[in-house]
Amino acid sequence: MKIFWALMRRELSAFFFSLTGYVVIAAVTFLTGLIFKVLIESLGGNPFPMPVTQLFFQTFLFWMILPLVTPIITMRIFALEKFSGTFETLMTTPVSDMQVVAAKFSAALVFYMVMWLPLLGGLLIVRHFANQPGAIDAGDLGGLYLGLFLVGGLFLSIGCFASALTRSQMVAAVLSLALGLSVILVSYLSNQASLTGWQAQVLYFFDLQSQVNDFVRGVIDTRTVIFYVSLMSLFLFLTLRVVESRRWK
Amino acid sequence: MIEVSHLTKRYAGRTAISDISFSVARGEIVGLLGPNGAGKSTTMRILSCFMPATSGSARVAGYDVFHQSEEVRRRIGYMPENNPLYTEMRVREYLKFRARLKGLGWRKSRERVTTVMEQCGLEEVSRRVIGQLSKGYRQRVGLADALVNEPELIILDEPTIGLDPHQIRSVRQLIKNLAGKHTVLISTHILPEAEMMCSRMLIMYDGKILASDTPENLQRQMAGNSKVIAEIAAPAESLRECWTQMPEVEQFDVSASEGEFQRCALTPRDGLDLRPIVFAMAKERGWVVRELTRNRHTLEDIYVQITRPDEEEEIE
Repeated sequence: MKIFWALMRRELSAFFFSLTGYVVIAAVTFLTGLIFKVLIESLGGNPFPMPVTQLFFQTFLFWMILPLVTPIITMRIFALEKFSGTFETLMTTPVSDMQVVAAKFSAALVFYMVMWLPLLGGLLIVRHFANQPGAIDAGDLGGLYLGLFLVGGLFLSIGCFASALTRSQMVAAVLSLALGLSVILVSYLSNQASLTGWQAQVLYFFDLQSQVNDFVRGVIDTRTVIFYVSLMSLFLFLTLRVVESRRWK
Repeated sequence: MIEVSHLTKRYAGRTAISDISFSVARGEIVGLLGPNGAGKSTTMRILSCFMPATSGSARVAGYDVFHQSEEVRRRIGYMPENNPLYTEMRVREYLKFRARLKGLGWRKSRERVTTVMEQCGLEEVSRRVIGQLSKGYRQRVGLADALVNEPELIILDEPTIGLDPHQIRSVRQLIKNLAGKHTVLISTHILPEAEMMCSRMLIMYDGKILASDTPENLQRQMAGNSKVIAEIAAPAESLRECWTQMPEVEQFDVSASEGEFQRCALTPRDGLDLRPIVFAMAKERGWVVRELTRNRHTLEDIYVQITRPDEEEEIE
């Protein structure tokens, strides 16, 4: 555990000591700001039948930010260490592969959540100026952040996996972008395709958008939570296997 | 301390090291010498548990590097080739992080970091960002990292590569100071460096260990065939005649030097040292000698000699 914290602290400091971290946060804040512009325009006009937080997920901007930003967060994570050779110094200390993967993923997740904090400010401003007191309540906010956490966790675990596969940050980024976008495309497919039987059931679980919509309405479906957590674990497990693979390659 | 037996590592289609065996006793400083691609780094990577061997076994401090890798890693300090560091971190912060990774407690790691920084002369840069340090300082940070957990075995892959002569000297001094307390395995392709630092040298070539001995013994073995250069003021004709008559000289070459001096390159028979004989001869005839030297062997000569198949057994 001691080693895990030391590793995670270093990973986090790598995000915050580099310009990349701040550029990512600034870019995301800028884009969410744009989303808010859209939101407030809509709110200013007609009364709105759904919570503000739900509207946030329905503007397609969020679904653009997610697969673009997560690869930038994770591309560095293993690829850079392999490229610069620090992977060798890291793996020859008495740390386990599991600790390394867990620490790197957790640090990415913490950074990702920090990245969404400015959004909270935006939401509070909306709440302050909205005429209805019930425009945003704690449940909505909690649901929103839980949704961000789960969806983000999945995309970040995909990114970790991609980064573990290669020495090149570029390749890692492109790979996780492709994987991430395909997850989103499958989710759109499930929205539109008129499939029946088991195919429809499988696709139902991939319908990220409406699942997150449930969250922001304050409805937490355990099936969805389990779905995300298990996919996340699958990709982390694959990452671990890739990291271990140097022992049997 | 190190027991390597029949170690082989094959990469896809290429054998990096084939069936090597050697052992290193506690407290020794051993140099792994060889040209690029000889398998030095591969050997070190296996010993430091970074990757497994294809076959054979290696033990460090009695633990198997594959099956008890964590125990081994606890006991080593490893500095890979090119000394990779986290360039965005500060020196002290980096060393503290590494100490924590190696399982040292909070208080202990603070104490050790202070000690190794003093040992490696890093106090004045303790708060500088590693990426902005000169190569010499970075190398010292790498060394400090290898020392921070008081390892029983220190493995240094090309610790002086790319440094200027002054920095090389300080790094060498540092390594020399480790003798006795730690076992050290260093790889290098510079012979004088190995001579200066190591109590024993292993010469690797093409994935095999060709020779293993103290620097002095290796030199002695080599010296047998080394030429003697003599510059003597005498007519070339009488010199040639003189060398022909001398039974100890196997081959000679006389060429004109400045003035009346002739430069003679003499190859001895049976590894004799020709210098006293040449001197005695010149004295007898009243010739002036202004140079009399025996060639010291360079690493190149040793490689050439060792890798010549017919002389291989002789050296081993």
